[in-house]
Amino acid sequence: MKTYINTGNKDTRSGFGAGLTELGQTNENVVALCADLTGSLKMDEFKANHPERFFQVGIAEANMIGMAAGMTIGGKIPFTGTFANFSTGRVYDQIRQSVAYSHKNVKICASHAGVTLGEDGATHQILEDIGLMKMLPGMTVINTCDYNQTKAATLAIAKHYGPVYLRFGRPKVPNFTPENGEFEIGKAIKLTEGSDVTIVATGHLVWEALEAAKELNENGIVAEVINIHTIKPLDDKAILDSVSKTGCIVTAEEHNFLGGLGESVARVLALNKPTPQEFVATKDTFGESGTPEQLMDKYGLNSSAIIEAVKKVLKRK
Amino acid sequence: MSNIQQLEDLTTQVRRDILRMVHKVDSGHPGGSLGCAEFFVCLYNEIMETKDGFNMDGIGEDLFFLSNGHISPVYYSVLARAGYFPVDELNTFRLIDSRLQGHPTTHEGLPGIRIASGSLGQGMSVAIGAAETKKLNKDNHLVYSLHGDGELQEGQNWEAIMYAAGNKIDNLIATVDLNGQQIDGSTDNVLPMGNIKAKFEAFGWLVLEIEEGNKVEAVLKGMKKAKSLTGNGKPVCVLLKTVMGNGVDFMMHTHAWHGKAPNDEQLASGLAQNAETLGDY
Repeated sequence: MKTYINTGNKDTRSGFGAGLTELGQTNENVVALCADLTGSLKMDEFKANHPERFFQVGIAEANMIGMAAGMTIGGKIPFTGTFANFSTGRVYDQIRQSVAYSHKNVKICASHAGVTLGEDGATHQILEDIGLMKMLPGMTVINTCDYNQTKAATLAIAKHYGPVYLRFGRPKVPNFTPENGEFEIGKAIKLTEGSDVTIVATGHLVWEALEAAKELNENGIVAEVINIHTIKPLDDKAILDSVSKTGCIVTAEEHNFLGGLGESVARVLALNKPTPQEFVATKDTFGESGTPEQLMDKYGLNSSAIIEAVKKVLKRK
Repeated sequence: MSNIQQLEDLTTQVRRDILRMVHKVDSGHPGGSLGCAEFFVCLYNEIMETKDGFNMDGIGEDLFFLSNGHISPVYYSVLARAGYFPVDELNTFRLIDSRLQGHPTTHEGLPGIRIASGSLGQGMSVAIGAAETKKLNKDNHLVYSLHGDGELQEGQNWEAIMYAAGNKIDNLIATVDLNGQQIDGSTDNVLPMGNIKAKFEAFGWLVLEIEEGNKVEAVLKGMKKAKSLTGNGKPVCVLLKTVMGNGVDFMMHTHAWHGKAPNDEQLASGLAQNAETLGDY
């Protein structure tokens, strides 16, 4: 089984910051807006390099989204930055009308997604944002798994015309995808070949899926791990091809099982090839304070939860 | 350049268009549309510098954003009669498969529209964003926007108003249609907003009042004055005092016609009060 090496833990938000810094140098139409979280979003370097293209809006997310929509008129490519909670639920109607329905080229970049922002607790965590964003017609939804992939995705979405929701996180997590790798929106990445079970994971759960696959392999279960960085548009073919071989699937995400990746996968399977599926996701709950590790454990979002789900789904084959 | 009489004739025709559009589909918002007819006519025919044809990016021309999207009838009529799309298309207002949706949208590709509006309170932020892009592009044209007075109850406006002053957005002229009415009654009864002029001034805006917002000459004079105030480090607010339903006696001085269409008899009466000038569509 193919193995992956963690080149050192890094936060995905820093991948976003690095990508934005590069875009500042390579694409003069890129502008950045931030709602008083420049440091948290790692936008400081872009701000320092291009003060004229950086817009501090203060603690006013609704105005930020509306301004971003307006800035596209005249050719700018606005990247907005705040926490995932304040990037979505707080400004849903602004995104819906001024960005999505108006089909504006705005990139909504959301850090601190999921429970792994940790100690701040449920007011700042969000486990509903993928669902909120994927329901908007025309919205592309991306959830990256590590530093390198987040940087690559940040560069890729600048070249894609249309509204995008880019979701990433706060904690330092293993960095294992190729440095300066290509990022193709909507194209799933098969990380391991397997015949017993498909594990489709997104975001921080991709590394956990690889860890689970390693342990399962030691017990004679060969898992095919797929990194679904783009939840919408979903790579239906990659999922269907894989379950045609394995006959069962586990989806894994740091998100509510209602409205997340798992439900999108279930729809594809129900329409094309009904297949036993287990969900590694939060079960219709808010998060709480704790360390990222404690929370991922308590809410069943780590490699051991994935292994349990695999064992369960194998029995349903 | 048009003379006052020509603009007044066009305004009368726009009022006829508004009445006929909402009557045909028995829905839409005639009250606020009629109240803003002079403003739209002056803006699109005398005040704004626009290019021929329509380009979404609007580089090298003035831009306009309608925040209170429900007054789409006046917007559509004035756009059509300014040549953005065929006047005959006003026949399709609110019908299935039409580009003239109940509230304005870019979704159907109607020339002249640059943002969807209808859910209130979002237009000022959009206008500020467009104004920032004009500054980045070193495009010295202006951005105009229109807002309802009731709409100012939406909190996003005040985020935007604070931003615009704090960031010296001085290439923006935001006009508030001060007709004192909203769906549930007068603004004073629904949610008193106090002194709107003082509020804008306290936030750091230059504020100009047009007392006779339904007089073409007064609107022209006021908007020209507003233009002269741009470029001075402060955003400009125009408080446009209008009468909802202006030009149709039974629709005036009441909130009753905010979102209600006239019946056949009422239409006939409204049209009789506004004789055809440029030809009905």
